[in-house]
Amino acid sequence: MLRFILRRMLQMIPTLLAVVLIIFVIFSVVPGSFITSLMSEGRNVMNADVLAHLNEQFGLDKPLPVRLWDYLWGLAHFDLGISYRTRSPVWDVIEPRLWPSVKLALAAMGFAAVVGIPLGFLAALKPGSVFDTGTMMMAVSGLSLPEFWFGLLLMYVFALHLGLLPSFGYQAGSIKYIILPAVALGVSPMALLARTTRAGVLDVMNADFVRTARAKGLSEPRLVRTHVTRNVLVLVLTTLGLQVGSLMGQAIVIEKLFSWPGIGSLLVDSVSTRDIPVVQGTVIVIVLWFLVINMLVDVAYAAIDPRIKVT
Amino acid sequence: MRVRFNFALGLVLALLVIAAAISAGWIAPYDPIFDADLMNSEMPPSWAHWLGTDGQGRDVLSRILYGARVSLTVGLVSQLINSCIGTALGVSAGYFGGWWDDLVNGLTNVMLAIPSLVFALAIMAVLGPGLPSLLIALGLTNWSWTCRIARSSTLSLKNQGFVQAARTAGFGDTNIMRTQILPNILGPVLVIATLGIGGAVLAEAALSFLGVGIRPPQPSWGNMLTDARELIRTAPWASIFPGLAIFITVLGFNLLGDGLRDMLDPHMRTRRT
Amino acid sequence: MSGAPSGPVPPTPVLSVRDLRIGVGRSNELLHGVSFDILPGETYGLVGESGSGKSITGLSVMGLLKRPLQVTGGSVVFRGQDVLTLGRRARRKLRGDRMAMVFQEPMTALNPLATVGRQIAEMFVIHRGMDWSQARRKAVEALESVRVPAPEERARSYPHQLSGGMRQRVMIAIALACRPDLLIADEPTTALDVTVQAGVLELIAELCKAEGTAVLLVSHDLGVIANMCRRVGVMDRGRLVEEQDTRALFENPLHPYTRGLLAARPRLGSRTPTGRGRLTELDQVVTGEERGRDAPTLTTPRGLRLEASA
Repeated sequence: MLRFILRRMLQMIPTLLAVVLIIFVIFSVVPGSFITSLMSEGRNVMNADVLAHLNEQFGLDKPLPVRLWDYLWGLAHFDLGISYRTRSPVWDVIEPRLWPSVKLALAAMGFAAVVGIPLGFLAALKPGSVFDTGTMMMAVSGLSLPEFWFGLLLMYVFALHLGLLPSFGYQAGSIKYIILPAVALGVSPMALLARTTRAGVLDVMNADFVRTARAKGLSEPRLVRTHVTRNVLVLVLTTLGLQVGSLMGQAIVIEKLFSWPGIGSLLVDSVSTRDIPVVQGTVIVIVLWFLVINMLVDVAYAAIDPRIKVT
Repeated sequence: MRVRFNFALGLVLALLVIAAAISAGWIAPYDPIFDADLMNSEMPPSWAHWLGTDGQGRDVLSRILYGARVSLTVGLVSQLINSCIGTALGVSAGYFGGWWDDLVNGLTNVMLAIPSLVFALAIMAVLGPGLPSLLIALGLTNWSWTCRIARSSTLSLKNQGFVQAARTAGFGDTNIMRTQILPNILGPVLVIATLGIGGAVLAEAALSFLGVGIRPPQPSWGNMLTDARELIRTAPWASIFPGLAIFITVLGFNLLGDGLRDMLDPHMRTRRT
Repeated sequence: MSGAPSGPVPPTPVLSVRDLRIGVGRSNELLHGVSFDILPGETYGLVGESGSGKSITGLSVMGLLKRPLQVTGGSVVFRGQDVLTLGRRARRKLRGDRMAMVFQEPMTALNPLATVGRQIAEMFVIHRGMDWSQARRKAVEALESVRVPAPEERARSYPHQLSGGMRQRVMIAIALACRPDLLIADEPTTALDVTVQAGVLELIAELCKAEGTAVLLVSHDLGVIANMCRRVGVMDRGRLVEEQDTRALFENPLHPYTRGLLAARPRLGSRTPTGRGRLTELDQVVTGEERGRDAPTLTTPRGLRLEASA
């Protein structure tokens, strides 16, 4: 099993490298970076010498392949470069934002799973019923909902109108700040999970081995508990993993809306200030998160499904 | 039966939005940008302004109607670009195989690893705000699924006899891809594209909301929400209606896509009773 | 049973199906009134093409018909009780315990995520109230009885690690675990390799004979039916058209459909050295009017048993 994990980790590297390459190339085309935008703003008129000095300091005067190589070399040493804006290491800028983002993603996923999976399950056990149709309609609506609008509405109702929950901010260790953003972020995954679970349960309930279980004389509850659940889990796990993996990216808008100090809002801020190293660093972190989650999903699969050979 | 209901409802909603976008120029009661009456700002819905006015005194209804143009343009065009890229890459990868297939596969994996919003954000940072940039950025972010489906369909079609038969009959590769393979994958590609329109509309709204998409005073449902956010206490309607418009549009295309997919079952795996 | 001048007293059938009708909704009837008896310990075959209704007959006896199919008329008397009138709970209690079923596809009939031993042991836990460790031991015994080599090891394997024939043996072990009175085998060997088929059929025959289990064998394969069954019912388009003792059926088929079925078999030596042959099509032998819901049922009485029946 350990070798399996190690192998999957090694497989992540080419993808990561490719991402770094693409991002790097995209941003080398940027017509202006933080430094030149300082110049064009006209507030701090810098003369050519200072500009040249800054360029040299950040290594921007070197040709593209050299810069790329330097960056990759730095990556290998876990050095993400220096932020243009704060002049401090990019990692120091990113690091305090990591945990809030992870917390938010996990909270949102927790909400989505706790609500979505049972709903999907129940809907599948009574297919065609009012409950089923209603749940599926709700699911499709959940997928169509702009989550920042929903977040705004939640804010309005719960924070401003009812005054129950704070509408922005972050406080480590306190639950009430995370509720609204987690729910807003979790609606879409919840809807998807409900649909996927329902489809999975229907698939499994129609499977031959369930017919065998009925022929054996198992009662429905027992059948569902011992034969159906695990098999559905196997089907649902992929969706669950994918959702968690992409939540970091989807959280961007929610983080901005609720002033949540996470990676997403950092990305937006650094994009608007053209702080390229931070942008690159953030993207790398987000992609890494996705890849790690994917790997964990694969590991979980191998643990649950005996058909998968763990070599 | 539920299949046709989905499809019908989706079609109705989508056509509604399309109609609104096309006819905005004629039926909008006010100019969305210039009819700004600061004396009448933040007014609730009334007979003069059916959906109220926003922070600058502009009519919300008119802005929503014009905003439909933006959303639909972005949605449809970007998805068209995505489908073209995805189909071209997927079919050629499946058809020719070899190193090209490996390359496309690797590229697809990379694209799938980067959340689309993040990628779009990065590209917008490079290109700057505005409609053309949006079209390019969103057109480049969502082709992966199309590519996958196109590739696997091409592979399974290749394994059936008639591609081989066409080759021995002397048909050229492009001809075969165009006449034999393309018609067969049109269905699933269309489904993904329709579902993708909803995603593109959401993405545009998000990007505009963040300030990197369509910039005010051009009306976009996303940037209307940015402005409305400030006024949430005093003018909540300014937040409700643009969001509702997004919701209805995306819902329409999602239902449409779902309905299409169910009609094409069993090609795509969906389970209804 | 021996020497009585008026003939042996017929024993009460273990299964007595009368005028069974199955349909979808009101208008669409799939089974148009099927009646037959199975005596205790007897192996009874139900033969017919796909779509003749033989499988749904078996499923309806077990109570496993899937919506939208449902029983629309008739009775199914099992051990003196009409099971169609029983509540769901009572019916469920019979399943696995007094009547059991083996299906066609051993690949998919077992839960891929549970060990084979556990799936057999489940029978003992549910129906005999054993605890799991006891049940597992019985499961190993069951594997032994179906002649699976290295039963303790096998009990710990998962279905995908076994061959098709082995899986079917596991299915048989599960079905016969509680020594039911009736085993319904729905095309048990159709999905297996030819080389494995005989072994599985022999196993069923042996085990059922030893326990006195009656068997309803459903198959489209005349060879299987001929080898295994004492009595055969021929089904066509939802009707039972003929029922005879096996030997009599093959020697002297009564109904045109049966004749067509027998004629359609390719026969060794039926082709002249110089001639070319075609298989006889069913339509050449039996007309349309002789099939379908109004087709008559031609039966002959059961032959005398030479040995004491169970």
